[in-house]
Amino acid sequence: MSEPILQLKDIVVTVDTGNEERQILKQLNLTINSGDFVTVLGTNGAGKTTLFNTIAGNLQPAGGQVILRGRNISRDNEEKRAQHLSRVFQDPKMGTAPRMTVAENLLLAQQRGQRRTLKLRQLRQNREHFHDMAAEIGNGLEEHLDTPTGNLSGGQRQALSLLMATMTTPDILLLDEHTAALDPKTSEQLMHYTQRRITQSNQTCLMITHHLEDALAYGNRLIVIDDGRIEADFNAAEKQKLSREQLYEFFDETLS
Amino acid sequence: MSLITSAIGQGLMWGILGVGLFLTFRVLNFPDMTVEGTFPFGAAVAVTAITHGMSPLLATLLAFVAGMLAGLATGLLYTKGKIPILLAGILVMTALYSINLRVMGKANVSLLNENTLFKAKFLTRLPQYFDGVVVGFLFVAVTLIILTYFLQTELGQAFIATGDNVTMARSLGIKTDGMTIMGLMVSNGFIGISGALMAQSNGYADVSMGIGVIVIGLASIIIGEVAFGELTLNQRLVAVILGSILYRFVLLIVLQLGFNTDDLKLISAIVLALALMLPTFQKRFHTQKIIRNGVARHE
Repeated sequence: MSEPILQLKDIVVTVDTGNEERQILKQLNLTINSGDFVTVLGTNGAGKTTLFNTIAGNLQPAGGQVILRGRNISRDNEEKRAQHLSRVFQDPKMGTAPRMTVAENLLLAQQRGQRRTLKLRQLRQNREHFHDMAAEIGNGLEEHLDTPTGNLSGGQRQALSLLMATMTTPDILLLDEHTAALDPKTSEQLMHYTQRRITQSNQTCLMITHHLEDALAYGNRLIVIDDGRIEADFNAAEKQKLSREQLYEFFDETLS
Repeated sequence: MSLITSAIGQGLMWGILGVGLFLTFRVLNFPDMTVEGTFPFGAAVAVTAITHGMSPLLATLLAFVAGMLAGLATGLLYTKGKIPILLAGILVMTALYSINLRVMGKANVSLLNENTLFKAKFLTRLPQYFDGVVVGFLFVAVTLIILTYFLQTELGQAFIATGDNVTMARSLGIKTDGMTIMGLMVSNGFIGISGALMAQSNGYADVSMGIGVIVIGLASIIIGEVAFGELTLNQRLVAVILGSILYRFVLLIVLQLGFNTDDLKLISAIVLALALMLPTFQKRFHTQKIIRNGVARHE
């Protein structure tokens, strides 16, 4: 179970701020093993989202390699990587097509990374299957299969985005603070569903969060990113011993 | 009566332009100015093909191909050249003006004594102006059948998703640049057909016949939306055609009021501006409430 599935080697990402080039990721190295559920912590501007963008292919690093299952995918664009990687964004608006219905969105996600042809979309044939999957979430989404996603609540939309991201069991799931825009109760429900979804299929996952509690409660590995590098990397055993206070102190130190 | 028949025929043929524009303006969510070049391009290609002895039907289909090429040019400038869509459309539209002159050899080519779709035997037996209705209806029917089928395919759904949420589409592995180019090609293809039909209906193609057609297309879309409200995607396509016919009726009324055809572009613009402002008016002046109060029983 612990073969490396994703490797980042000496990743350097720079941005041009007009008068100078600033390094966001500084020779970052990271190996993710199959079945890892990694929570990612870091202050604002530490490079967490840049790390995700580099993995997903939205961003071409200035140096280094991204290796997925032993294959160098550094040159593949985002659309090509989508076959193996999926992502849930912080903004509920970003993960679904607002004018298309829930079922239509699920259908699009079911074909993740596949060639889309002039075959009919087969919505009816998949309906029952979609209904059952949506019912598993437990927020009534299955009653809204024909509702445009723009009319759903933020919580329902994020749950749908997560379902869409995981229904094809991609190699890596990237969760970019996917509960941050929700109220505390909805956020907690979505975290429970996330946990179930990930453990069910032993999904390899990286999850950015700002909640220290969530970072400790979920996942079997925890990394802290600071100033463009991996500052700390706790495995499951180490992570269990960590307390909120210890983590908090850690943050204080890296900040000062 | 014959005026109304004529307006319906015209509305149907212009409706194809509206439907083409709908694919970019409403599905992909951007205004495509290429239209103003594609419409006369379709006309120029069809008319030139006919005067060179091609069958009118083939000539009209050739106009579809011509329109697609124009759409391809705009699509490449926009997606690969990273030129803003408005400017990309204007560039291709401007270039097409010269190309249209090249295609026709002069600014105006008549179809007098040439064969056209409207001279088919069974049409000549119909009462006056019914030929336009029949031809328009047939082309609208085929256009709508093709488009409703296409939009229900996997590819069509990916196309809709691209216009609806490009970030999400890309994250699902949809080649959004390809979808955008494809949309522009199909859209302009149909607009080319619309131009070819209008030229055959009018009996000539003119290099300046594209001026203001984007307004006509947008007016069809907006009037259809204002008149029919919330609809499914397929119904919206039909609403565009009906909007186009309604728009012809509006013009008919305006002409009856004593304006002449020189005023038409001004009137077109005013009609579209009013239709676009309608939602604002409704909010500001509570027109809906006033209308509702107007029809409610006194208590």
